[in-house]
Amino acid sequence: MSTVPTPNIQRIAPNASKAVAQNLAMNLGPSHPACHGTLRFKIEVRGEEIVECDPEIGFLHTGMEKLGEYRSYNQYVAVTDRMNYLSSLNNNIGYMIACEELMGIEVPPRAQCLRVIMAELSRLADHVVSVGLQGMDLGAFSAMLWTFVEREKLYDIFEAVTGARMTTSWTRVGGLFRDVPDNFTEMVSAFLDKFPKIIVDIETMFSSNRIFKDRTVNIGTVTAEQATRYGLTGPLLRACGVPYDVRRARPYSGYEELEFDIPIRYEGDVYARYLVRLEEMRQSVRIIRQALDKLPSGPVNVDDHKVTLPSKDQVYQDMESLIHHFKIVMPGHGITPPVGEIYSCTEAPNGELGFYLVSDGTGLPYRVRVRPPSFYNHQTMPLQVKGRLISDAVSILASMNVIAGELDR
Amino acid sequence: MAVDFAALQATVRERFAEQVLDWTEFRRQACLHLRRERVVDVMRFLRDDASTRFAMLSDVTAIDLLKHPEADKWPERFAVVYQLYSLEHNARLQVKAYVPEVPCETPSVTELWSAANWGEREVYDMYGIRFTGHPDLRRILMPDTYEGYPLRKDYPLKGRGERDNFPKYTEIPEEGRGGRA
Repeated sequence: MSTVPTPNIQRIAPNASKAVAQNLAMNLGPSHPACHGTLRFKIEVRGEEIVECDPEIGFLHTGMEKLGEYRSYNQYVAVTDRMNYLSSLNNNIGYMIACEELMGIEVPPRAQCLRVIMAELSRLADHVVSVGLQGMDLGAFSAMLWTFVEREKLYDIFEAVTGARMTTSWTRVGGLFRDVPDNFTEMVSAFLDKFPKIIVDIETMFSSNRIFKDRTVNIGTVTAEQATRYGLTGPLLRACGVPYDVRRARPYSGYEELEFDIPIRYEGDVYARYLVRLEEMRQSVRIIRQALDKLPSGPVNVDDHKVTLPSKDQVYQDMESLIHHFKIVMPGHGITPPVGEIYSCTEAPNGELGFYLVSDGTGLPYRVRVRPPSFYNHQTMPLQVKGRLISDAVSILASMNVIAGELDR
Repeated sequence: MAVDFAALQATVRERFAEQVLDWTEFRRQACLHLRRERVVDVMRFLRDDASTRFAMLSDVTAIDLLKHPEADKWPERFAVVYQLYSLEHNARLQVKAYVPEVPCETPSVTELWSAANWGEREVYDMYGIRFTGHPDLRRILMPDTYEGYPLRKDYPLKGRGERDNFPKYTEIPEEGRGGRA
């Protein structure tokens, strides 16, 4: 019990009650450190309570879907990097799986296994930073620095494998652009041996931290019914008690042969999302270990030179390979799927990442539609913040991990 | 348990005979082609019937068939594409509703799935398809004052010069001087 007497608010601010009774229109964002990227909310507050919220998006709109109609199937992979810049590998892989389903080709087992490993490493990078930034938004700066150190280690692996830290552009139709370096297995195992420590560190820092819990428990609660109605996916949906994970519901790249659990919480609040992300990191580590153990040898590209480039040796030495090479890279030839359309989805760190591709039988797609998880997740923002304080809005926004590049495309 | 698509096709064709245009499958993905007039009724059936229960609307988008090689097969220029997902049966279904150029409008499904709200706003923004009954049909990605619909096939990739004609401040307005706006 506090012994300090409550100050007489009327004496300090005689007009306080009048000011509180009025609604005030306010701007949250678009350039504010708590508004990751460029998100803007027009909010109406009564005192500090939010009564109305209208998210405004589109500040980062780049016309990526229109651009897709003018880029060949392989070129577009570079654009997918720029959508979710925290997990570009997941975007690369999701897009190529859609292309391959459209063409009806199956990539070799080694490429599939490597895709699983890299997708899960990328999920680790996304989740660890997302949890760290969530801490930072609530005032715990050090956890953010720890997580960025871990992400930098992951980016070292990405750089060794793909040649770039963030703009990876790693996949190609029919496989990968190159095989992984020789020391790949040792590199990843060494990383995995040390990584779980950061999960424990974060747990020690946050999981029973009074300040953190005060600002996350029972904040931004979404029920399972609301979540399905609004099309929430990913950790947000699983924090509401709906066990939907694309890796289990519609397995791709050999996820059906790997053992992993889908973490579920039932509270649907910010704290539950945080716990789901932590547990998902543990499961990702488990998946990577299994995949590393059974990493098959062999080619990483389909042996069909109508789709993948022949090796340079072959190109220099035989005529047919040279023709194949030219056919693939020349505009107007290239990779031509049959007339048709496909909706293919994969589990990106933020949820269901869908690609709806329509082919007209030429080398360029007729229509590229991206179903970004952030777009549908962000839509629930008014639902979550109404009746809450402004500081809760920051906490909720941090827990959703909305990436503006993917939101606005 | 999975959705029996052959049975579903028969049921839908029987119940909504004059609404169903076609049922296609490509790479084992089923697609139901509809007229737009009663799309809400068909969708309500798909969402609520025990054999389907498509409780989740994954995505709403559209496609402009203007230059598509098979455009003659379909009655109208635009198709609004819905991706439905059934959590209960773990099944997916694609539904297309065809929309003509004039009048460019179709019923909104926001009353069935709240997810459709932003999805339909984006379709309106990019294709100019108006959704009747939508609670808040505004542009979402492009500026409110923008003219034209960028994802239409007759809209050029580089735009129509909008980039050069955005309103700009060339000098500080007179009343803006002196530190007060």
